[in-house]
Amino acid sequence: MDIRLVFILVLATFLGFELISKVPSQLHTPLMSGSNAISGITIVGALLSLVGSFSVEGNVTRIILGTLAVTFATINVVGGYLVTDRMLRMFVKKEKK
Amino acid sequence: MPSLSPDLQNLLYIIASVLFVFGIKMLGKPESARSGNAVSALGMLIAIITALLSEQILHWQWILVGLAAGSIIGALAARLVAMTAMPEMVALFNGFGGIASLLVGWAEFQKIYSAGELMSASYYQVFIILLTVLIGGVTFSGSLIAWGKLSGTVPSRPILYRGQRIVNGILVLLIIGFITFLTGRLDLTGLENYTHFLFIAALALLFGVLFVIPIGGGDMPVVISLLNSYSGMAACAAGFVINNNVLIVSGALVGSSGIILTTIMCKAMNRSLTNVLFSGFGSVSTSTQGE
Repeated sequence: MDIRLVFILVLATFLGFELISKVPSQLHTPLMSGSNAISGITIVGALLSLVGSFSVEGNVTRIILGTLAVTFATINVVGGYLVTDRMLRMFVKKEKK
Repeated sequence: MPSLSPDLQNLLYIIASVLFVFGIKMLGKPESARSGNAVSALGMLIAIITALLSEQILHWQWILVGLAAGSIIGALAARLVAMTAMPEMVALFNGFGGIASLLVGWAEFQKIYSAGELMSASYYQVFIILLTVLIGGVTFSGSLIAWGKLSGTVPSRPILYRGQRIVNGILVLLIIGFITFLTGRLDLTGLENYTHFLFIAALALLFGVLFVIPIGGGDMPVVISLLNSYSGMAACAAGFVINNNVLIVSGALVGSSGIILTTIMCKAMNRSLTNVLFSGFGSVSTSTQGE
């Protein structure tokens, strides 16, 4: 295990704790939706499972798993960002009124 | 196609992570929320392009299929969903992120398994794969139930039965037992290990369902926020599986900021998180709260 990764994990966790403090209640759902889109970062893992060379045996299973992972993660990313934007557009309009 | 040097990859991943940090920060303020979302989307684009250029691509046709199918489905779903149905759509998207992490863990397990390296794999390596599958699985099935409760596919009242706590307790013990068992006896090569792996995945999915069904529909936004935090943790665990910084950083960011957002949402409802998660067991009063 690479201890430097744990170091990064701990610091990023603390940063996340400090990042949001006072959020107006109308922004709760968009913020949740926006950070949900960020959790779609697992798409990088999904892509990397299909990129690069690996053993030939068991290839078919890995390709199926990888392709499914890319598909689901892409839905999370694309859908997540678009739906957040839609919510916020509505929110901005309301504010202006 | 040329592939980027590891240093350049890490530099780009750092830029992506910084954009995520700013994105989340800006999303919390009304005046900058919309641009915050765009900043975070730019970070995601950079991360995706970096991943695509990181090595020689062997299965570009499958990557293309996945990206195209996912983009079309995601864009259509986001565009067509009714304004009132957005929270449940977020739950669904969140579940897809969870299952993607589970599949990344599974693909890695498959890689080790089919290369016949399970015997030489370290306990840590297998444990972290199982953790990814566990958190990803709970996120997926839990989010599906949350989606079902909000959309009316699943009854939105708390579903309770006798001995529910005992059943959930046994399930947790089973999961811990199986994970300990599998990480402890990798010397036994063969199909049993794969079966055990699949069994753990199935238990994780079952646990996600049992975890959400006793909670009332009115509390679903809080549950979705909590599951969103879980999907961050799942991505973070997947980052440890494939040794990737950007997954660890963004996963941890979402994981911890999600917990804070969850508590803020609970406070706005004048409740505590334990109250939301376990109130179904005591009384059924939560079901009367509107959605």
